[in-house]
Amino acid sequence: MPDFTRPKALIDIPTHYCPGCTHGIIHRLVAEVIDEMGIEGDTIGVCPVGCSVLEYFYFGCDMMQASHGRSPAVATGIKRAHPDKFVFTYQGDGDLAAIGTGETVHAAARGENITIIFVNNTTYGMTGGQMAPTTLPGQITQTTPYGRNIKTEGYPIRICEMLSQLDGVAYAERTSVHDPKSVLATKKAIRKGFEVQKNKQGFSIIEILSTCPTNWGMSPMKAIERLKSDMLPYYPLGIYKEAGI
Amino acid sequence: MEKVLMKGNEALAEAAIRAGCKCFFGYPITPQNEIGAYLAKRMPKTGGVFLQAESEIGAINMVYGCAGSGVRCMTSSSSPGISLKTEGISYIAGADLPCVIVNVQRGGPGLGSIQPSQADYWQSTRAIGHGDIRVPVLAPSSVQEMVDMTKKAFSIAEEYLTPVMILADGVLGQMMEPVSFDNFEESDARVSEPPWAASGHGFSRPHNIINSLYLEPIELENVIKERFERYEKIKEKETGAVYEKDAEIVVVAYGSTARVVRSAVDMARENGINAGGFRPLTLFPFPEKQLRDACKNARKVLVVEMSMGQMVDDVKLALECKLPVEFFGRTGGFVPNPEEIFNKITEIKEGL
Amino acid sequence: MQRFILDFDRCKGCELCTTACPKGIVKMQREKLNKEGFITAECINQDECTSCALCAVMCPDCVITINKN
Repeated sequence: MPDFTRPKALIDIPTHYCPGCTHGIIHRLVAEVIDEMGIEGDTIGVCPVGCSVLEYFYFGCDMMQASHGRSPAVATGIKRAHPDKFVFTYQGDGDLAAIGTGETVHAAARGENITIIFVNNTTYGMTGGQMAPTTLPGQITQTTPYGRNIKTEGYPIRICEMLSQLDGVAYAERTSVHDPKSVLATKKAIRKGFEVQKNKQGFSIIEILSTCPTNWGMSPMKAIERLKSDMLPYYPLGIYKEAGI
Repeated sequence: MEKVLMKGNEALAEAAIRAGCKCFFGYPITPQNEIGAYLAKRMPKTGGVFLQAESEIGAINMVYGCAGSGVRCMTSSSSPGISLKTEGISYIAGADLPCVIVNVQRGGPGLGSIQPSQADYWQSTRAIGHGDIRVPVLAPSSVQEMVDMTKKAFSIAEEYLTPVMILADGVLGQMMEPVSFDNFEESDARVSEPPWAASGHGFSRPHNIINSLYLEPIELENVIKERFERYEKIKEKETGAVYEKDAEIVVVAYGSTARVVRSAVDMARENGINAGGFRPLTLFPFPEKQLRDACKNARKVLVVEMSMGQMVDDVKLALECKLPVEFFGRTGGFVPNPEEIFNKITEIKEGL
Repeated sequence: MQRFILDFDRCKGCELCTTACPKGIVKMQREKLNKEGFITAECINQDECTSCALCAVMCPDCVITINKN
């Protein structure tokens, strides 16, 4: 009996992700939670536009691909039609915090009973590393070649802090995947999000600090170091909202 | 046959419920607000869902999610709002999902006016979203047709797996007429879950994917070709028009304008002019064969629209430039009156 | 016994597993590339492995299986 093996809700095929990309870790954690709760048959996932657009090939549950940023609206449509099913979206920072800010904020404000897995890697991965709403001040990207200048490009958005102000949000936590301890904490948070949904408590979001070695222009190991040194101070981990049952 | 007096927008909303529409997602915009208000009142009492979205973009994507999960649903809006929905409509068409989209047209471009208009003909029939798509467009001309075409729209959507548009206008939405719902049966409201729906596989089938992305060019081309074969079937089976044969001057109009044209044509006939009306019931597919049939003995064709002339393109295409086509139109807010159309018909007659 | 089992051809050589191992026995081997052309992880001492699975926890590609017994 193996102690650690691939979760069943994660289809046994290789992913298209770059070496060291932490999307793979987060996919596995979501699948592990789905397995442990025994809900694969009752779950519908919504894929974003971004690097994780192809995740409909990877998750074993039913999947729907949404247009850029609209996942929370698509998830709303599914959930309202099937209030007893589990619905989650999986979105990157450009998808959720730039083009889809409106859909995100209003799904949260409505207390839409869905779970959002929000992957924050401070850049647009699929399009080749442009500035994201979460790009750190001074960070060099394709569209901030001299570093993000807060005077012209403004400031990064801290989504968990922002959404925690809304009454419809039942659970908001920021976690990371830079070491085994943080990965296990992330899994716990994802589980919590799905439990909140199961208890019909409302909107849950788990923001996960993640790496993009390719577009950051560094090795996977260096990328983990950058996450720790640059991202953790700007995006403090922790629970930002937890409604009582 | 029992009839009730209803506003076009409300009649359409009631028809949607009777046709088994379970979820409605919309955003306020004049002149279609009665649809949302009616459904907000009625949906909770019929076990359905009414949700006011944060935007038209939100609403159409809720429709995408709901339709993708196999549940009959609808959204409605008016011209500027439809522009916002076009992204979502493209994804819905690209994923072959059935749903109904109502456009109660107002004047444009931009914020335009809140008065009736028919200036979204091109948008509905040509540019309802990016990519190689068409969307069936039904054109009601009375409150009764608002009702009947709503039922028809859901049935076309589900038979051919496509979004279907009902292209009304501010006149039809706001006017009151006696209307009957006798055409509906219990079975219209029954919805069984389609096999392709993403609604949870329950470990009883492989997982379903609702998607419009095909990275392999040949896959995308095959999917599009198959979709266009379906459009051909729609052309064959669903195209409709009402018209008079053997007229010398054929006057083409749809929607509320067709009502005015009816009066003008009657006036012309009373004055000894052999005019005939042609009213498309479907704008895509455009009733080309029917128009050619109506024009067998025609010497001239007049197209009347509440726009600068958009459907006139389809009329010319259908007639392959074999007949001279004239146009008369007013823009948003000016519903042409029968006299001015009659005068135009008389002028054409004198020039023959 | 084999506690650490690697799906050799699916390893992308990212090295994240190597930092996770408390025993320091998960290393990269550069002798043989897999069919995708990547260097891969390996366990250099199966006897010392405690099956804690922290390497597998860090693996983005689910290529590490851990046996306890």
